Amino acid sequence: MIKQELCTVVSQSQIAKDIYELTLSGELVREMNEPGQFVHLKTGGEFGPLLRRPISISSISKDTSEFTMIYRAEGKGTKLLSESSSGDFVDVLGPLGNGFPVEASEQGDTVLLVGGGIGVPPLYELSKRLTAAGFTVTHILGFQNKEAVFYEEYFNSLGETYIATADGSYGTAGFVTDVIANEGVKFDILYACGPTPMLRALETSYGKNKKVYLSLEERMGCGIGACFACVCHTADDPTGYTYKKVCSDGPVFKAGEVVL
Amino acid sequence: MKSLEISLPGLFLKNPIMPASGCFGFGREYSGLYDLNQLGAIMIKATTLEPRFGNPTPRVAETTAGMLNAIGLQNPGLDRVLNEELTWLEQFDVPIIANVAGSLEEDYVEVAKEISKAKNVHALELNISCPNVKTGGIAFGTIPEVAKNLTKKVKEVSEVPVYVKLSPNVTNIVEMAKAVEDGGADGLTMINTLLGMRLDLKTAQPILANKSGGLSGPAIKPVAIRMIHDVSQHVSLPIIGMGGVQSAEDVMEYFYAGASAVAVGTANFVDPFVCPKIIEELPVLLQELGFDHISECTGRSWGKHEKLAYHRA
Repeated sequence: MIKQELCTVVSQSQIAKDIYELTLSGELVREMNEPGQFVHLKTGGEFGPLLRRPISISSISKDTSEFTMIYRAEGKGTKLLSESSSGDFVDVLGPLGNGFPVEASEQGDTVLLVGGGIGVPPLYELSKRLTAAGFTVTHILGFQNKEAVFYEEYFNSLGETYIATADGSYGTAGFVTDVIANEGVKFDILYACGPTPMLRALETSYGKNKKVYLSLEERMGCGIGACFACVCHTADDPTGYTYKKVCSDGPVFKAGEVVL
Repeated sequence: MKSLEISLPGLFLKNPIMPASGCFGFGREYSGLYDLNQLGAIMIKATTLEPRFGNPTPRVAETTAGMLNAIGLQNPGLDRVLNEELTWLEQFDVPIIANVAGSLEEDYVEVAKEISKAKNVHALELNISCPNVKTGGIAFGTIPEVAKNLTKKVKEVSEVPVYVKLSPNVTNIVEMAKAVEDGGADGLTMINTLLGMRLDLKTAQPILANKSGGLSGPAIKPVAIRMIHDVSQHVSLPIIGMGGVQSAEDVMEYFYAGASAVAVGTANFVDPFVCPKIIEELPVLLQELGFDHISECTGRSWGKHEKLAYHRA
């Protein structure tokens, strides 16, 4: 059930260059049942930008009614959000969208999580759930450079973790796909979130013979499926009239379901 | 709430608040959030004869106090709107205003003829003002004679009253309003979006894949108010006003300008509960301002105050 609520800022801190970690508390945490969902935030109050900002949920704590997001303060809205501090209120709509299917991992599966940049955060809650369910999880996280890296130690505590940076300033130089090839990473099921070129590369390489789930990013209006801003073509009708909405049919799709 | 009941051609509205076309889909998404029976009416997403995928993404870009969209009239086409969406909407006791769009005159006529037969469609909104399709749409909305003829053709086949949605992208909107009145329109809805563009700081290129799009949101409210103020004094058609409505106060301003009902568009994206919130706040505000009935507010900004007989239900 989608709720709208003024949530309270529990904490906010900068964890990498332009990257912030924000924890909010509110009753709508009760509705957060899957990893990979997102919330739609009104930033800056009445005088802030008009539209909400879709931000993925990186961890959920039902015990404390708190959830955490990690976002990049890049535009006006997210910069205003980064100025809020403990005790402030944030207008939250959510949870929205369909998250990663944990149940798609079957007993004995080796799980690989691949994240790129600001696509890394939702994988954290996913990894927590998968490891809690007894799966062996490997993480490959790609960033622009050393300054942009975050949560390495958190992912390390859950499973083997590789870092790649585009400029080679930390970890493996290159892309996440290079790590899979170079390290000979074996897996049965892959969950990924990140820039579209990265998702496309993963789909091309593994979409046919592995279980692959991809979380897409797109500019959104309403976030609930009403405005048709974030539609994409379906793979079985790539130039036709059938479509999926990233916000309400996704953001997570099975590889081969939509045109990337 | 008796103080909010309004009668307009084809429409008995329990209150004058309705979601605007294109900002509410066919109601399914919002029905999971609140009871749609609360709404005065629903203006459903534009329907064309054939299904349309619409424009490539990005289709929206934010602006100061507004947003640009270039969705491109994405819709499942007349047959599916009739057989799936309108039948689904029958569960609600809410009159539907069907937004009719097309590229050719024949398309408009065909869609109008068929969709007006649906039992919950109480009126049509003739979309002669969509800025985001290459042919049709806005061309019909900028040349008075063309708009008049199209209105006439649609009126000949429609089984319900026809409201014409006016484009603000004209030099003289009063002339357009008079033309469609001559064409036999039963009412006006105004305004559609204003043509606009945004450029990306890093690439120097338009943000929208369609390059230009339609501006909506609070930024356009003063434009709409001025246009309704002028048009309402020169035609005798009732006006459903729209453009940047976010609150009960905004609704009052539209009534003062000359509107008889108000549609809420972009605000549904910001706060999906905005329509029921306005419906709850409106009677309180009305009372605070000393009005017994919302119909008393229509046209209060006009120099010579006049009340229109058909307003009060």
